[in-house]
Amino acid sequence: MKLRVWTLLKTYTVLVYIFMFAPIAVVLVLAFNSSQFGGFPIEGFSFRWFVKLSENEAIIRALRTSIILGACTAVIATTLGILAALALVRYTFRGKDLITTVLIAPVLVPETVLAVGLLIFMRWLHVPRSFGLLLLGHSIIALPFVVLVVQARLTGIRRDYEEAARSLGANPLQTFFAVTFPLMLPAVFAGALFAFTISFDNITATIFWRPSGMETVPTQIFGMLRNSVSPEINALGFVMICITVGVPLMAGALARYYMRNTK
Amino acid sequence: MARVELVDIQKSYGAVKAVRNANIVFGDASFTTLLGPSGCGKTTILRMISGLADPSSGDILIGGNRVNDVPIHKRNLGLVFQNYALFPHRTIGENIAFGLKYRGVPKSDVTRKVRDALDIVRLPGVEDRYPQQLSGGQQQRIALARAIVIEPDVLLLDEPLSALDANLREDMRVELKAIQDRIGVTTIFVTHDQSEALAMSDSIVVMSAGRVEQIGNPDEVYNTPASEFVASFLGASNLLPARVLGRDAQGVALETAEFGTTVVPASRAATLGDASRGQLMVRAEKLFLSDGPASPDSTQAVIEAVDYQGQLARYFLRVGDTQLQAINMISGRPFAAGGTVNLTLAADECSALPAKDA
Ligand SMILES: Nc1ncnc2c1ncn2[C@@H]1O[C@H](COP(=O)(O)OP(=O)(O)O)[C@@H](O)[C@H]1O
Ligand SMILES: [Mg+2]
Repeated sequence: MKLRVWTLLKTYTVLVYIFMFAPIAVVLVLAFNSSQFGGFPIEGFSFRWFVKLSENEAIIRALRTSIILGACTAVIATTLGILAALALVRYTFRGKDLITTVLIAPVLVPETVLAVGLLIFMRWLHVPRSFGLLLLGHSIIALPFVVLVVQARLTGIRRDYEEAARSLGANPLQTFFAVTFPLMLPAVFAGALFAFTISFDNITATIFWRPSGMETVPTQIFGMLRNSVSPEINALGFVMICITVGVPLMAGALARYYMRNTK
Repeated sequence: MARVELVDIQKSYGAVKAVRNANIVFGDASFTTLLGPSGCGKTTILRMISGLADPSSGDILIGGNRVNDVPIHKRNLGLVFQNYALFPHRTIGENIAFGLKYRGVPKSDVTRKVRDALDIVRLPGVEDRYPQQLSGGQQQRIALARAIVIEPDVLLLDEPLSALDANLREDMRVELKAIQDRIGVTTIFVTHDQSEALAMSDSIVVMSAGRVEQIGNPDEVYNTPASEFVASFLGASNLLPARVLGRDAQGVALETAEFGTTVVPASRAATLGDASRGQLMVRAEKLFLSDGPASPDSTQAVIEAVDYQGQLARYFLRVGDTQLQAINMISGRPFAAGGTVNLTLAADECSALPAKDA
């Protein structure tokens, strides 16, 4: 009896994983299908959709937009996130709890609400939709993740290190760059990657905020899907998966390499 | 090198008074220990001297200058932390050179000074290793090297030996003291370990609950404690309620239920004032056991338990209803538990303290 339950549980778990990963696997496989249509059956192995993709200027433009947007979001969210985490962990001040809540809130607020809210606010300020607005929005969405990651790391860095540096003659700024920053570097990397990936993946808020004519990879795919499921989309999906999975993996490997050299 | 003075220093954290009205002078080139149980305010005093905490009131003087408003990085102090706080992302060489960088020491001198500092702490040639690659004792030495290489005016050490195991701790204690003698820096050492304090210090500041209980050299605080707290914190003592029978220039006569009349030297009864009641303090090692015949000034006691310590034995005794402790050298075999012995005390080495409720 007990064994039966156990088997059931195992089967169920495997099914859940299949449900989660099958679509991804399907995209990865179909990207190399030579068939005219973006679905089964598989007719042959081919790179033609990747070639076609690389010739599609709209997609190349969208990809470039997404990468620039993601990189800028990572820079802004990480910089602000580090500063916020420093303030929250290393200083005590009035209204700290309130500020923490406000910083983390974008995670809790439904994205549509956040998107509409920012849009209305900007309209009220008579600021038109622009790349800048999009960047601001993405930074707001990514910021909480950076704050949480960096804050967790910073809490684990004992204050003695900074105090030792101060006692040896480093002023607060020198202390930050000589001790605090290097020690929290892994978290900074992780935070920046998070920010990049979040921006790169985002579609809901992006649809609200982008200026007309500007496409990111997700909005581009969304647009293409409205006509038909073109096999190019599978190839593009493959590329996206490579970027969103590959970049963190690579960074992780780099971080490990870096850590090994300092240990 | 500099002398450090605390003038009417108070420090409160909200309702907690971490330090109450401390007036302490740390002599130039001296080795002073702040001694007291955990939570008595030792670290707080050290942090105020270093500039990591601001006093609520009072002045801190280093070398005669008030430094209350001088930020820590300009105070030129060497700080050694309990858990070393070596920068894990820097090599040993870089750790030690850290303070030199901010003092504009030329590069060629840095290498030499780092090497000299490593020689002083007897760990030459570890410049290129990382802190994690060294043992606790070695990390402790590096932390010391990093603090002294900048030639600080004052060296501050917060329980630097407490993370080491017992054998290493005793070695480091001797070595630390030797290094301090050699470079002659004013040193303030924090510990809750009385044997460390007694072994290393020129002067001991005994603290309890934020208050300074006594300041004196090791001999003074051990032999003439100024309060019951000091008497019971340092060493093992027996405190017996006593009636003052009389006093003259030489001594004070105290009467206890256990030992009858004992005349304590006047120099050891300073805190008693002219009270008519007090306490007789007998160090455990000044209470002697004997199985010989009773004498007029001996008292009979029952041995309740024996704690054998090699060349010494600690005896738990009972005289009437009073529990006493004695630590005696063992000659031959220790006395056995359950036996009856005659107790005598060395009256010249006893002290008188104020009564418990006074
Ligand atoms: N930053 C702080 N905030 C609040 N209370 C503190 C702080 N630092 C120390 N205290 C309190 O001050 C008292 C003395 O602490 P401390 O100086 O660390 O003692 P010690 O070093 O002798 O063990 C303790 O009661 C402690 O709880
Ligand atoms: Mg302490």
